[in-house]
Amino acid sequence: MFTVFISLVKDSLQAILHGSKKYHLWMAFLTFIMLIGMYCYTIQLEHGLSVTGMTDRVSWGLYISNFTFLVGVAAAAVILVMPTYVLKDIDFKQAVLIGEGLAVAALIMCLAFVVADMGGPSVLWHMLPGIGVFNFPDSMLTWDVIALNGYLFINISIPFYILFRHYQGKDALSKVYVPGALLSVLWAVGIHLVTAFLYQGLQARPFWNNALLGPRFLASAFAAGPALIILVLALIRYSSSFRIEDKTLKKIGIVVTVAAQINLIMLVSELFKEFYAPTHHSESAYYLFFGLHGKKALLPWIWTAISMNLIATLLLTFHKLRNNFKILYFACSLLFIAIWIEKGFGLIVPGFIPGPYGKIAEYTPTGIEIGVTLGIWALGAFVFTILAKTAIKIELGQLRYKKETVSKE
Amino acid sequence: MSNTTKKWFSLNLGSRKENASSSSCSCGKKEGDCHSADTSPQQKDGFDQVFDVPMDRRTAFKKLTASLLIGAGAVSTSCSLVSGNESKEKAQIDWEEQFKGNYKLMSEEEKKATVERLARSYELRTGKTINLSSQGPEENVLFGYAFNISKCQGYMDCVNACVEENNQDRNSQMQYIRIHEMKDGKGFNFNEADDNYYHEVPAEGHFYMGTQCFHCDNPPCTKVCPVQATWQEEDGLVVIDYDWCVGCRYCMAACPYDGRRFNWSQPEVPEAEINKNQHYLGNRLRKKGVMEKCTFCVQRSRAGKNPACVEACPTGARIFGNLLDPNSTIRWVLENKKVFRLKEDLGTEPKFWYFMD
Repeated sequence: MFTVFISLVKDSLQAILHGSKKYHLWMAFLTFIMLIGMYCYTIQLEHGLSVTGMTDRVSWGLYISNFTFLVGVAAAAVILVMPTYVLKDIDFKQAVLIGEGLAVAALIMCLAFVVADMGGPSVLWHMLPGIGVFNFPDSMLTWDVIALNGYLFINISIPFYILFRHYQGKDALSKVYVPGALLSVLWAVGIHLVTAFLYQGLQARPFWNNALLGPRFLASAFAAGPALIILVLALIRYSSSFRIEDKTLKKIGIVVTVAAQINLIMLVSELFKEFYAPTHHSESAYYLFFGLHGKKALLPWIWTAISMNLIATLLLTFHKLRNNFKILYFACSLLFIAIWIEKGFGLIVPGFIPGPYGKIAEYTPTGIEIGVTLGIWALGAFVFTILAKTAIKIELGQLRYKKETVSKE
Repeated sequence: MSNTTKKWFSLNLGSRKENASSSSCSCGKKEGDCHSADTSPQQKDGFDQVFDVPMDRRTAFKKLTASLLIGAGAVSTSCSLVSGNESKEKAQIDWEEQFKGNYKLMSEEEKKATVERLARSYELRTGKTINLSSQGPEENVLFGYAFNISKCQGYMDCVNACVEENNQDRNSQMQYIRIHEMKDGKGFNFNEADDNYYHEVPAEGHFYMGTQCFHCDNPPCTKVCPVQATWQEEDGLVVIDYDWCVGCRYCMAACPYDGRRFNWSQPEVPEAEINKNQHYLGNRLRKKGVMEKCTFCVQRSRAGKNPACVEACPTGARIFGNLLDPNSTIRWVLENKKVFRLKEDLGTEPKFWYFMD
């Protein structure tokens, strides 16, 4: 067993290190961006978080925005896992491994964003249960730590088991991985709800303190995540011999469509509550959508997001348009960007504006913050490329354990 | 005093300023001495004060950012036969400080040990001694605060006193207290209030209202902390273990009263202005990347004194005392005045009351 593992590691290293010129260029590009990100992070380590645009008035910014969005992307893998393993829908089988790889990459990015946002990364061991002090179950952040790491574990172990079996030319035993898959379905809903509760539970921030926040997180996640999966699958289809059928893309497209529609319905409900009978607590929404006292930094962002959201949902709703792959890809990109803005700038920043005493202080990310953020996104893309490349090679049968090289298994 | 060259706290707009600068500075020295200390290139900031002073910032950074690096540095220095006894001791202190536990969960001996370590570390570096206390809450004491809106004139003396007493970062002009200037006849309209005014007070047609940490009885900030770095003491003070805080700022997002502050960069306090009468949970020197807040001047209140803001207020608008003592002024105010608290609908139960004459 152990020798098989060693051989798998060696073989996948071979697979990762060899590829076309395009592949090498892509990886070099990502490495370059990551290095820039690391350089920016060293500046942040030296001077503290003062190099970011965050202040005492708006104390969370770009990092936490991206973290929130990516939790949704990670959770979206479930939308593929469930039909494949539980409903035994064979169409998705190819997509699942890619989806789970994407979840792993997204979770690693989430953790990186959280670490980047910490004031004292050198004392983060205080958060480790056992040697640190865990404020469980009071703090939603501890719930989030457990949820994210648990989900990361599930999403590494299930595909690993399947690939490990396939690597040896055996079929994966469904009774081993189906319970894990079922758990991951529940867990995926859990990670996103827990992340929503992180904000929802703060009575100090009325913009977040709203019962629709959790469900709306889920709806937008199940739209943005699979939209990204469609785009990634399309890319894999064109750049490798891995066969992904049209049927698979179309089915994921339906998932995206339904989620995007539900997301819009919830948006309408939210807007109705804030603007039909506005109270003191609607000021953050006013700031977000119309600006407050002449301060309107978020207006271009949110209206871009809303129009992109509307156009994408409209395009997806009509079967004729959705089944045209060019339009599908376009709509998915629009939706992905729209939800990134909405769950980032549109959710985290207005939560702090106006402040507890009505003070309006705006937030603009600095270059260093953007550099670190891009670096972490490049890290995610890097991790995903490695995972996908190995997984595809194993699935295609190009990467197999050679029994003759060792005497016993 | 040279206001133009002074890059830190200079909000001293009240009438007291003239008197203060003509006699002596808050540090107790003559004006000239204080000024020369300010501009001296040897000026140390909070981080350097806490750790190795002989190093410049860059080397200090290299040694201290990552805990692993600290560990490696400390081990090599303490095992080294070449380095002197003092640097060995310093390395030992840094090592133990980096890996100590949460103050709240320490035994009395451990509390004493860490306080002694920190005081010794300061002595090793500066040759000066500080009085660092770990005094715990006393029995039958619950601190409360009342604020007389009719008396406050917005002089900001409380803010000055607070900054000096609590060794706050002068560079970012961190202030625990905010004084909101409100228009008469509009009620408590925080939206139109100004908490950052720079003009003569009291301004015509305005009244003033101070806010700070309210030391809630049901504090939302302590509940959300993932590492229990902030908690409520027996005497009602909501405190922070600066060394245990990981800097996630979740407590800041959870506070409905804007009561918490974050050290976005290295806090800087001129050596001459450091208040050396310190408490572990109060005004000791902080690092970058940690939360801090008003502690009702724990170093003073637990020693039976009033917080610095109460003492500094020229109009007597601020009243502080033990809520469990039936003869205290605070009890008299609560029983005889019509008091109210801010945002009572949130159920945070602040131990901070407002009243009018």
